[in-house]
Amino acid sequence: MNERFEIPARLRNTSIALMLIGIITLIVGAVVLLGSNDVFEKSRFWTSLIQDSVYFLMITAASIFIQAATSLAQGSWIVAYRRVPEAIGANVWVFGVIAAVILFAVAFTYNIGSGNAVHNPIYTWMHPDEIEQKKGAFLNPGMFVGFTLFTIAAWSFFGKKFQALSLAQEKAPKNDTKIYWTMVKWSGVFLGVYWLTQMSVTPWMWIMSIQAHWFSTMFSWYNFASIFVSGMALILLWVVYLKNQGNLELVNKEHVHDLGKFMFAFSIFWTYVWFDQYMLIWYANEPEETIFFKLRQQGPYSLIFYANVIINFVMPILILMTAPSKRNYFTVTFMAMVLIFGHWLDFFQLVMPNPMKDHWHISWYEIGIFAGFAGVLIFTVSKTLSKHSLVPVNNMLLKETVIHHS
Amino acid sequence: MAIKKFAVAAYDDEEVLFPAVKSVRHSGYKMHDVYTPFPVHGLDHAMGLKDTDLHTAGFIFGLCGTSTALGFMSWIFTSDWPINFGGKPHFSLPAFIPITFELTVLFSAVGMVLTWCYLNQVMPGVKKHVFHPRQSDDLFVMAIELNDHTNEQEVIDFLKTTGAVETNIQVAEADWWYGRWDKKEPYELA
Repeated sequence: MNERFEIPARLRNTSIALMLIGIITLIVGAVVLLGSNDVFEKSRFWTSLIQDSVYFLMITAASIFIQAATSLAQGSWIVAYRRVPEAIGANVWVFGVIAAVILFAVAFTYNIGSGNAVHNPIYTWMHPDEIEQKKGAFLNPGMFVGFTLFTIAAWSFFGKKFQALSLAQEKAPKNDTKIYWTMVKWSGVFLGVYWLTQMSVTPWMWIMSIQAHWFSTMFSWYNFASIFVSGMALILLWVVYLKNQGNLELVNKEHVHDLGKFMFAFSIFWTYVWFDQYMLIWYANEPEETIFFKLRQQGPYSLIFYANVIINFVMPILILMTAPSKRNYFTVTFMAMVLIFGHWLDFFQLVMPNPMKDHWHISWYEIGIFAGFAGVLIFTVSKTLSKHSLVPVNNMLLKETVIHHS
Repeated sequence: MAIKKFAVAAYDDEEVLFPAVKSVRHSGYKMHDVYTPFPVHGLDHAMGLKDTDLHTAGFIFGLCGTSTALGFMSWIFTSDWPINFGGKPHFSLPAFIPITFELTVLFSAVGMVLTWCYLNQVMPGVKKHVFHPRQSDDLFVMAIELNDHTNEQEVIDFLKTTGAVETNIQVAEADWWYGRWDKKEPYELA
């Protein structure tokens, strides 16, 4: 059995090329956009970085969540390719460090004007107006730094911890259940942490506060649905890639079917939450709430607003509905790529409208930054994957995963 | 409604049932059905049953629900009885979505239950012939459909070689019927 993953030269070169593209884009962006006198051009530099760093940090952290959830539920279906979410989760710290640098740079160094007129075009609450002052108990620099550091530290720790536990299981005596139950305990703790971060406070802090006058209690759930779908799509892309390289012989259509089900089901869940948020605001028709959708649905972002629903709801429900399409490697891979792009677009329309108004672009800079982050992801995850055996031979659920039938 | 003749074999073990089902299929006899006290995984494949179309029916029922809800509400609120609700337009799609969703689920769920009942021939008040009183207790019962040309003794002998603990020949109604047990049995061959 082909237990070891050797990084193919092509993959390594692609990832390095993508990272180079990202770095060059960043440097050119810093010169052209940041050096410009136009506030929107300067904001374009930072908003794109926020969007991509937060998006990539969250979809990699979704891998930790699925490990915790399946450990608690004693799910065996994931064991056949458990090394993939483990490897993605173990690299969360990389994206965490990048995101922390970018978020702090935006919050503390990006200021326009001087004296009393100084303001931060993205995190406006850094120099609060009357409404933002009332939210000061939550939206203040101390909370921002504290919660950002807590979130990133906790996710990085759990990503490493779960991988370490799983690798320790390999060295443990056969049929030793101690590490298994340790994993279950840590998973329970992680769900608490995840609830406090991804499912509530962190999206408010990083994304919702970009439009600080507006708020929605559905926002974090909506965000979680988004990143969970794309996190599943990311795992699926790695599984299919490794399978094509001749690894992961234990994985068959049954396991791919399960990932397809998660992508399908959580796309529906995303739509459900998205529509909940939309309909309540539409119905109540309160000016301070509808402003969020005024900008997006009827303003310059209407194209992205409708594309978002079509890509993330209509496409998965029609393409992934039947069982054979979830068991077909081509359709699931295609849909995984579509959904990763779709939810990237979702993050785009969450971050951009307030600071950028109608000056939005999806052009060389946005695509280059995305490529850079994709390069970092491919480089780090493939490196982690190649370090350890891809088959968790000593895992107690290994037999169950081999005979798994969905 | 068709009265038919059946050869019935009862098995007391799953392990015996599977090879028996395989050899009956292989020998070319027409299998009517197999009755088991509990769901036996893989038996549908062994019997060569084709995949169900229930989900297609569910999709169509769902579409019916969607169009019923959307069509009905659009008609009411735009032409039959237009009312101004809080200054919203008469054709307010977002307000229709929850009911459309619910009706889609309701139609597909109820439709699929009824279709399932029809496909499996079960319904309150509907009767089917029971080939063996212990088929829902501890025996696995296989019924083979016979025609006029089948040699009964040959079938019985063949079934005994597959490990059947009990065998007999029965004449019974093959389909379901509505009514009481005692009115229908025993049967005469038509």
